[in-house]
Amino acid sequence: MTAIQTHPGGARLARTTIGRIAPLDVATEANDTVDLVTLPTGSDRTHGRWHLPRGVVRLSGVVVLIAFWEVAARAGWISKRQLAAPSTVLTAGWDMIRAGTLQTALRASLSRVLWGLAVGVPIGAGLALIAGLSRIGDSLVDANVQMLRFVPIIALQPLLVYWLGVGETVKIVLIVIGVAFPIYVNTSAAIRSVHPGFHELADVVGLSRIQTIRKVVLPGALPGFLVGLRLSLAIAWLLLVFAEQINAKSGIGFLMIRAQTFFQTDVLVVGIVVYLVLGVLSDVLARGLERGLLRWQAGR
Amino acid sequence: MSATSSAAVAVELAVSARQVRRTFGEREVLRGIDLQFGRGEFVALLGRSGSGKSTFLRALAGLDGGVEGEIRVPKRRSVVFQDPRLLPWASVLDNVVLGLSGRGVSGRSANDKGRAMLAEVGLDGHEQDWPKTLSGGEAQRAALARALVRSPQLLLLDEPFGALDALTRVRMHALVQQLHARYRPAVLLVTHDVDEAVLLADRVLVLTDGVISLDVTVDVSSPRLRSDPAFIALRSQLLAELGVDESAEGHHPSTTTTENTPITTTGALQ
Ligand SMILES: Nc1ncnc2c1ncn2[C@@H]1O[C@H](COP(=O)(O)OP(=O)(O)OP(=O)(O)O)[C@@H](O)[C@H]1O
Ligand SMILES: [Mg+2]
Repeated sequence: MTAIQTHPGGARLARTTIGRIAPLDVATEANDTVDLVTLPTGSDRTHGRWHLPRGVVRLSGVVVLIAFWEVAARAGWISKRQLAAPSTVLTAGWDMIRAGTLQTALRASLSRVLWGLAVGVPIGAGLALIAGLSRIGDSLVDANVQMLRFVPIIALQPLLVYWLGVGETVKIVLIVIGVAFPIYVNTSAAIRSVHPGFHELADVVGLSRIQTIRKVVLPGALPGFLVGLRLSLAIAWLLLVFAEQINAKSGIGFLMIRAQTFFQTDVLVVGIVVYLVLGVLSDVLARGLERGLLRWQAGR
Repeated sequence: MSATSSAAVAVELAVSARQVRRTFGEREVLRGIDLQFGRGEFVALLGRSGSGKSTFLRALAGLDGGVEGEIRVPKRRSVVFQDPRLLPWASVLDNVVLGLSGRGVSGRSANDKGRAMLAEVGLDGHEQDWPKTLSGGEAQRAALARALVRSPQLLLLDEPFGALDALTRVRMHALVQQLHARYRPAVLLVTHDVDEAVLLADRVLVLTDGVISLDVTVDVSSPRLRSDPAFIALRSQLLAELGVDESAEGHHPSTTTTENTPITTTGALQ
């Protein structure tokens, strides 16, 4: 790149707003030459290097890690008792699918999470609406929830088991509680942070209370709700793992606990991979939902 | 004034404000404003930045619970805020017709009205756009359409033409004048622009130190031309009231400018 020489002193004159020409008395050392830089623009892409899609590049990192693991297992750097090789895990997974045990377990686990979400999300969102939309609701709900959310959910397990026994209910209730908090916290914060100017606007154009909620508050709080939803999905899987490993007669966690007693590290890894895939899938789903519902945020 | 005569006057009045005061903490922003104007009257309110113009306009809009004094305004009023204030999650058309349907108006006819008004402000084709994709001036025009579409009895405009280029501004002036002539709402136009005030208004007020320090009727024969001596005289009077030294502006507004001269570009501050 060539630096463009300006006429010496040419850049040092400035027109002031009152119309007189006056010398600019700033330091002049750096002003003799003007160094131009090229800003990246869209046209760089066309004559730039050929790029792999970003997703492929990122995935290749994962492939390298798995390959290294396989090599390490075959070379005996990792003992089979500690951690099974990826190929062994794959075989174990395939066997479990053929025997139908993986599907059965998956169905049990999925149904717990879905029930937990189906109950927990409306509870969290409903409480957020009550707290966000009325003063009484706020004082009744918010202080309590804001205090209770610091209780580690896992610590509730013994008490819940005492109340509900060791069946399905306790596992679902645990997820319901865990899911409701992030939904509540994010949604109620979002409701509160809807621009006060929009409430004025609703006032000026004569929207009723219900219309204001429907057209201003809810759409305004949607981004916050969706952040809460993504968080709560992650928490739901976490609590599922916990609940299933305490006591369960079905589900991925149950398979893993049984594998542990038989030292089947390959099955243990299958379980972990299934949890991983479920977590990733639900995050992809949540992001898709965000993209679909928040199209108005695009642009600038 | 007796009770009967004040009731008779109230029929004619669009705005009646008495001893309007507003303080923020220690600061007295409005210190007893008295203002009355009638139906169909077009009033411009000038004042330096921070003088309390928006505060007064918000009081008239009924948006300020902390204001003191007596304020009477029509029920049907609309506001163009200083910012466009479009709901980002609703299409431009939905923004314009917000709250318009219901109360005897079907959603269909509300949408038709909205489309027509968008066309009048030059935004046809943008009905389904997201507000975030509009330029600053386009957003301002959408906000103007939202205010005009409900044919208000009192129209409160807070610098609605600020982000517009000279040409669009002239078109919007014409549009506001046209709609004013057709529906005769009372208008309070807050502006920084002395020329705009003299061009559009029947009456110009200047807000200084929390009170109305000048209240003049615009007596320039129409079409109002910037070259008209009456126009020039009134402009000088208003600029003087605003504390602007015309000779320090570096150019003579009456000869060269076709566009408006914002009072904020004064050299007096440098
Ligand atoms: N909610 C508020 N709290 C505290 N001070 C406020 C508030 N609203 C306005 N003020 C103050 O009142 C004064 C007048 O504000 P206002 O917005 O009415 O000015 P303005 O004349 O509209 O100015 P501009 O031309 O810049 O829009 C300002 O000094 C501002 O800081
Ligand atoms: Mg203002």
